[in-house]
Formats: sequence, C-alpha cells, structure tokens
Amino acid sequence: MFKGFGSVFYKEVIQISRDPLTLGLMLLVPMLQLLLFGYAINTDVRNIKTAVYNLDPGPQSRDLLHAFENTDYFKIVSYAGSDEELNHAIVSGRVKIGIKIPPDYSDRLLTNRQATVLVLIDGSDSSIATQSLQVVSQVGLTESLSRLSSILQSRDSRTSQLPVEIRPKMLFNPDSRSANFMVPGLIAVILQIITTLLTAFSIVRERERGTLEQLLVTPVRPFGLMLGKLVPYGLIGIVETLTVLTVMRLVFDVPINGSLWLLLALSLLFLFTALAIGLLISTKAQSQMQALQLAWLIMLPSVLLSGFMFPRDSMPIVMQVVGYLVPATHFMEIIRGIVLRGATLVDLLPEVITLVVMGILLLVLSAFRFRKKLA
Amino acid sequence: MTAVDNLSLSVENGEIFGFLGPNGSGKSTLIRMLCGLITPSAGHARVAGFDILSETDEVRQTIGYMSQQFSLYQDLTVWENVNFYAHVYGLKGARLEERRNAVIDLTHIGPFRDRRAAALSGGWKQRLALSCALVHEPKIIFLDEPTAGIDPVARRELWDLFFQLASTGITLFVTTHYMDEAERCARVGYIFNSKLITYGEPDDLKKLPDVTPADAKWAEVTCPNTTVALAELKRAPYVHDATIFGQSIHLLMDSGEPLDRIKLTLKQIGITEAEVQPARPSLEDVFVTLTKRYAGNGRGGSSR
Repeated sequence: MFKGFGSVFYKEVIQISRDPLTLGLMLLVPMLQLLLFGYAINTDVRNIKTAVYNLDPGPQSRDLLHAFENTDYFKIVSYAGSDEELNHAIVSGRVKIGIKIPPDYSDRLLTNRQATVLVLIDGSDSSIATQSLQVVSQVGLTESLSRLSSILQSRDSRTSQLPVEIRPKMLFNPDSRSANFMVPGLIAVILQIITTLLTAFSIVRERERGTLEQLLVTPVRPFGLMLGKLVPYGLIGIVETLTVLTVMRLVFDVPINGSLWLLLALSLLFLFTALAIGLLISTKAQSQMQALQLAWLIMLPSVLLSGFMFPRDSMPIVMQVVGYLVPATHFMEIIRGIVLRGATLVDLLPEVITLVVMGILLLVLSAFRFRKKLA
Repeated sequence: MTAVDNLSLSVENGEIFGFLGPNGSGKSTLIRMLCGLITPSAGHARVAGFDILSETDEVRQTIGYMSQQFSLYQDLTVWENVNFYAHVYGLKGARLEERRNAVIDLTHIGPFRDRRAAALSGGWKQRLALSCALVHEPKIIFLDEPTAGIDPVARRELWDLFFQLASTGITLFVTTHYMDEAERCARVGYIFNSKLITYGEPDDLKKLPDVTPADAKWAEVTCPNTTVALAELKRAPYVHDATIFGQSIHLLMDSGEPLDRIKLTLKQIGITEAEVQPARPSLEDVFVTLTKRYAGNGRGGSSR
C-alpha cells in the first residue's frame, strides 16, 4: 500500500535541500511573522498620548491629572492653550485624548459643588476608545469617592475608607497581557498557513513540470506518494513549531502552564492534519496559482473564524461550522488550553479526536482523489 | 469526445512500431491508455500479455514510458534521477547496481552523472529519460515523440539506440512526425481523427490500392519554380493530386496519360526544363493521400 514511500521521501529531501532559499524562508518566515504580529497585535492599551488644557490654577486640578497619569493608561505629552489647540491636537492625530479642566474646578470642589471635567476621546481606534472611556470614568469615580470620603471624614472620623471597594481578579491571565492570549493563537494560525502552503505546492509542482505523469507509470502507490511528500514537510513543520514556541516563551515571555510534551505531541497531530489539507488542495489544483487561491480558502477562515480574532461563540452558526472544519480552530483550543489554562490530554480530548479524524479523512480523500484522477 | 475510437492492432515482440498521425489525432491518448495513465471508456487491451484494466501493476512493471516533454526532476542530478526511478521500481542491492550500470552504459550518460538534469542539452535529456524508463528492464517501451525538438545528429544517435534496444528483444512503440523515422520502423500505424486508418510494413503501405488507385500512377517532377508549377499541375484535369516533396513535385495522375503530358503542361506556363520520372509513393504520399481521403469521407459522418 505504501510502495514508493521511501524513494519519494528521499527524492523530496534532496529537492528541498537543492533550494536553500525556499528552505530558509520556510524556517524563518514563521518566526518573523510571529515577532511582527506578536508585537503589532497588542490590544493592551497603555501610555495613550494625552493633551491637557488646564484653566484651573489650583492644586486640585494637578491632583486630578496625577490621578490620570497614575493609571498608566494616559501619558500627558502636551499642554494646550485654547479649545482650538486641544481640538486640533486630536484631529491631527498627535494625541488620542484631550482633557479640559474648567477655571472654576478647584473653587467648585472646595465649595462642595459639582465640578465637571471634559475629556475628549479619539473614537477612530475602537479598542483605545472603549478602554479609555472605561478608565476615564473610573478615574472620575475614584476622584469623586475620595473627595466624598474626605468630606465625610471631616464630619465623622470613623469612615476613613471608601464605602465600596472593588478588587477585580482575573483568572489564567492575571495581568491581562494580550501576548499570553494572542501569541499562542497566532502560532496556530501561522503554522496552519505555512504548512498548508508547503504541501499544496508539492504535487502541483510535479504536475506543472510534467514529472507527475512519469511518476504515475511506475508502480508507486498513492499512499506511498502522499506520505513521501508529507513527511519531509512535516519535519520542516516540526522545526518551525519548535522555533515559534521558543520565540513565544523567550521573546514574548508567555509561560506554558501545562505539559510541554503534550503540547509538542499535539502540535505534531495538528501539523499532520494541516499538511493533509495542503495535499487535498494539491490533488485538485492544476497549477501553483490555483493552489494558492485554494489555499486562501483555508487561510482566511483560519484567521477569521478560528477564534483567533473573534470569539467563536458569538458567530452565526454557519460561520461556527465553517470554522469547525479548519484544523487551526481545534489547535487554537489545544494550544491556549495547554499554555494558558494548563489543560491536560483529558480536557482536550474532543479537539484531539476531531483532529485525528480530520487528518485521516483528508489523507484518504487525497489518495482516493489522486487515484481516481489518474487511474 | 472520443479521442481513440475502436482501434485494434497488435505489435510483435522486439519490433519498432511507429505510430503516426496529425497533432490531436489521439496518438498520445492511446499511449497513455496503454500505460494505464487514463482508463478507456470501453474496450480492452493487453500489454505484454497483461490486461491494462485488471492487471495494472503487472503492466507498470513491464513497461517503460518516455513522455513528450522532458519529465524528470530538473533539480536532481542524472545519477539521482536514475536512482530514484530504480528505487521506485523496487530494485535493490546487486540487481540495482547491475541495472544502473547497464542503462548508463547503454545511453553513455556516465560522464554526466553528477550534472543536474536541468543543465543537460535536449539530446542528453532524452538519453537520461530513456535510462530512467529502462532501468527496471521493461519488455515494452512507449516513446511519445522522443525526437521532437532535438538536433538531427542527436536524433540519429537516439534512433541507433532504439535499434540496439530492439535487437535485445525489447518492443518499442514510437510516435513521430518524421517520415524518415517512420521509414525506419518495422511497421507503422496511421491514426487520423481517433481512428486507426491503416497499419503495416512501410513498403506494403505504399502498395495500398487506396494510395495508388488502379487507374492512376505516381510521378516525380523536377523543375525550377516548383510552387508555380505545382499550382498549374493541380489544375490539370489528368492530375489527381500533387504535393511538393523536397526539391521536386510528387503527383498522382491518370495511368493512361503519358508522362510527357506533364512537360507540355509546364511548357504552357513557360517552364521548359522539366524532368519527369515514374515514382513510387513515399510514406508521406501515403499518409497525405489517406488523410485527404478520410477527411473528405469524414465530413458527413464524423460529427457524432
């Protein structure tokens, strides 16, 4: 059944080694992508450039500005001298936030009247806008409460603390670092894309160059040919996986809470499935151009529907089903599970079984399509 | 679409069978069927005694195939290509070494063994392809236009190789567009519009009544200004057909007319120095005549 595996495998290894540029790119590109996107896709909001137009000379306004800066979310980079200047700072994109403190701010506070502070938020970046909005209201609330408490304190010395204290605690990713969440997901996406492309081209290339026909008059078996093509690229995929996991651990400082060995073993399973998808594409496409276009059909859902960018639960059911058919979706669960939650094999059993079934089905389907087409 | 239609023929062991026909007539399709690359919609064939449908594996072990375009791995060396095919055919150990040496000796490609296939010239590429197709010692080898696009010297050398192979008992099934190659085949088949029109020894084909009807004879005319002469002769009522053949004109004329009638016809348009001789039809005459004949007949009936 696997006749020809050894010879195809050996031939493929020679051919890969004859093309060092491609091999180098294959190994380097995942790491570069991880570094680029890992840094770029950062949903944590910090040090947002802020401009201030302060009309109040009193110390109370300076306290408020310190409170803003102490959150680490805002960084005051410029002071405006007029409403127009403040407005322009935002329109021109130099700052995202503008804070205007009215001239009677201190006065009103001292006389126990309500003081209003205007905060302008640039809404063009939604993640910054929503987070800023939250933080700004929080700062306002905290300020009010502390003022309130000092007022209360002066009347009744027993109340020395704020009436309500909320101390949030987040599970799994206590610092709410987006890297911990994004990077493992990114690894799933990158590996899916690279490996699918690797094999998608492998058989098409032989078809384009006419070598496939010559190969098919020999007694080589479809499975032998398929595996002989798949295994060398699988080995490259393993090296790639190890690289990106190392980058994740050392560069992005993402701790692996679960078992590293389990992660490696399941990565292998994922690679096998992703490569098998490439093979299936390869049996369908007549040219490398077509293979690339078909590969996009896998690559786009693995970015958009896998749960990498948007939560799958909030997608319409059709999109959930499409996402289910992409191996990256299941590997996303696996890698996030192991890295973030310390999940064990038992926890991940549904995903593992899905990937195994998918991989076998894909390989059989490819071999079958291949045989049918040429027999 | 019927690419190969109701075609039956048998080829002897150890002969070179030439297969001719215009582009798109179905030559390559037939070879691909016999090699098991495509499945015929109906009918059966036996290659080296094995059924191409039910005994595909046996067929594959006993045949070699050289396709129209060079189809080996350009980024592998000569040696690696030969090795790869030897391994694919399951050769091992001493047998592997023996066969490898045998094909390299036969094709003389030894000096290039470490050169990448991409860097070989056309003729040497074909030799490499032949080496790979022969490495498992096939009984039959299918060669689809093996000499297309290579220079005349390499072409001749390749044919010498083919004869050498045939003398060892290997059957060669060759498609070609070259008449001189066809003449060298033990037997030739002619395929047109997916149908095998005729096959046999080249000399027998020239004697076919379809080619030379009872009331007609072939003549060869040598004269200056052949294109003008050809146009005039084609108009002559006693001429059935005429074509330019190298420096001369081959024509089929009424057997009752004397050959000198041609000289008279040519004199009328000012060509005085004409030499006319009785001729035997060439293989090209045979195929051109047959093609015209069947294309004419086919116009009414080939639209199914």
